[in-house]
Amino acid sequence: MTDTTATPSATSGGQTYEPGTHPDLPSPVRTEGPIFWIQKNLLSSPLNVVLTVLGGLLIFFTIPPFLDWAIFDAAFTGESRKDCEAVASGACWAFIDERLHLFVYGFYPVDERWRVNLSFLLLAIALYFVLYDGAPYRKYGLWYAVAFPFIAGWLLVGDGAIVKSVTTDQFGGIMLTLVIGVTGIAFSLPLGILLALGRYSNLPAVKLLCVCFIEAIRGVPLITLLFVASTMLNYFLPPGTQFDLVLRVLIMVTLFSSAYIAEVIRGGLQAIPKGQFEAGDSLGLKYWSSMRLVVLPQALKISIPGIVNTFIGLFKDTTLVIVIGLLDPLGIGRASLADIKWGGLAEEMYVFIAIFFFICCFSMSRYSLYLEKKLHTGHKR
Amino acid sequence: MAAVEAEGAGVDTADQEDDIIKLINMHKWYGQFHVLKNINLFVRPGERIVICGPSGSGKSTLIRCINRLEEHQQGEIIVNGVELTNDLKNIDAIRREVGMVFQHFNLFPHLTVLQNLTLGPIWVRQVPKREAEETAMQYLERVKIPEQAAKYPGQLSGGQQQRVAIARSLCMNPKIMLFDEPTSALDPEMIKEVLDVMVGLAETGMTMLCVTHEMGFAKTVANRVIFMDMGEIIEENDPFEFFDNPQSDRTKLFLSQILHH
Ligand SMILES: Nc1ncnc2c1ncn2[C@@H]1O[C@H](COP(=O)(O)OP(=O)(O)O)[C@@H](O)[C@H]1O
Ligand SMILES: [Mg+2]
Repeated sequence: MTDTTATPSATSGGQTYEPGTHPDLPSPVRTEGPIFWIQKNLLSSPLNVVLTVLGGLLIFFTIPPFLDWAIFDAAFTGESRKDCEAVASGACWAFIDERLHLFVYGFYPVDERWRVNLSFLLLAIALYFVLYDGAPYRKYGLWYAVAFPFIAGWLLVGDGAIVKSVTTDQFGGIMLTLVIGVTGIAFSLPLGILLALGRYSNLPAVKLLCVCFIEAIRGVPLITLLFVASTMLNYFLPPGTQFDLVLRVLIMVTLFSSAYIAEVIRGGLQAIPKGQFEAGDSLGLKYWSSMRLVVLPQALKISIPGIVNTFIGLFKDTTLVIVIGLLDPLGIGRASLADIKWGGLAEEMYVFIAIFFFICCFSMSRYSLYLEKKLHTGHKR
Repeated sequence: MAAVEAEGAGVDTADQEDDIIKLINMHKWYGQFHVLKNINLFVRPGERIVICGPSGSGKSTLIRCINRLEEHQQGEIIVNGVELTNDLKNIDAIRREVGMVFQHFNLFPHLTVLQNLTLGPIWVRQVPKREAEETAMQYLERVKIPEQAAKYPGQLSGGQQQRVAIARSLCMNPKIMLFDEPTSALDPEMIKEVLDVMVGLAETGMTMLCVTHEMGFAKTVANRVIFMDMGEIIEENDPFEFFDNPQSDRTKLFLSQILHH
């Protein structure tokens, strides 16, 4: 209103008010309710209506048939493919059911499988302390989480004294995926942070070293690194060194993803205003204190989406170990297809594995969103 | 005291034995750009100095040299008896005694107000957490915002943030406080609340170096006003004399500009 004289302001909903006495009125525009939501999100324009209809058709033609196949027409018990086909026209989950132990434990000795189960439990406890900041005794819990990879490593491999030795060529399936995925994630984050700080540092030698490492690793496909791990590493090591294949893979996967993590975090570091470093300096904080208390918490927060993205990539890339003869769930699945009794139930196997990976990766993604929200302290300016 | 004498007019350091800050024939370059030229400045304990001058004249650079946020290339800087050199121990020792307040506050956005205040004491001075928090609350009361202790900086107004920043420096119990245009990023109605805090601080006898154009503040608080232009100290005077009876033409020009806007 451009009216600046002291006349009563013009009508608001048929009412007149003296200047300075105008009350807050509810907006005449609807902003809530299911009808409003449908109008706004599904039918707001002709194009939107068309897309809504197409989307509806797509859902109608894909989801019900899939559900029929996967659930309503599926067979869950049976001894062979024939049994399945006798009772149902859809999926034959009996196949997955019978082979579940292979998918989970790989070729881990049957009598020792409790060790795998125990490590799963220990992993769950570690994740609880790491991911949930309201956990009681979290400080000790975090120390435990730091120790977890080593405890689990000892438990799974054994030492021949307290627990029997199990060679790592018996590792496989989901257990192998988790060993590689969890180790890669747990070690590549700290290593990535160090590399990022190195690349961001003022010391030319440190910086050069980190840049070379990061660029060298990023410039090579993971498969190549895995082949290097399985074959060429012998040339670089002193002759006669016995160096476990799974351990080599762990190292390569960790190095690979740490290079990516480093770049993601470097992006976060660059977003921190110079004033933050100066405030730390002027308080007398030393380099490491300043990084740990002031800079990294902010840089890591900004980097969460990128870090989790890298972790998800790493987790899925664990399937690549198949090329050097390790059998992750996908490898186990493909081997199972050869079983004449079940005769090539590929769909069931791939859907099962897809669901496993999807659950893991989708959880990571949701957790990262939750973390971003939780760490938001309203300082966007 | 009129315009500062020319370069080389030997400064007698013997007389200034107990000066808390001594800048002697100090020069600084940014690359090839000679930003500070032959700065001589002596500050007695408890003295309050206001530095003013046109934008780009090197005021910020000067006070940032005092706690080594910037490095000088020639001359001496001696703070609290310690000379600033590349020796990290000396830099540390000086930063412990010197607090700094920035134009844009530079609070730590990921920490609450209370955590901002206790970070330095806990990690630099190794004060126990409980004790650091008690001290922090005392300072928050002094800057009149104890009720904001649990909030994050992003939830406070500019004036409140700047007061938190002042309290954060004070928690380190410094002997010297440096202010770099503490009110120039603030909306007009918030300037006074920050200046009030600074006047209160001056009354406690704190040594203060303050880059500001707030004339009222300078007249109430300062012992001396220093005028800088093009990297040099042009004029140095008592605040009333400085504003009412400027000596050099450049000072007159500058004052006419800040008074007529
Ligand atoms: N980091 C830097 N690198 C190069 N030049 C700079 C840098 N910081 C400041 N300068 C230049 O130095 C001069 C003095 O800057 P400054 O001390 O910030 O002035 P003031 O605070 O008086 O406005 C300006 O010309 C500025 O452009
Ligand atoms: Mg400045």
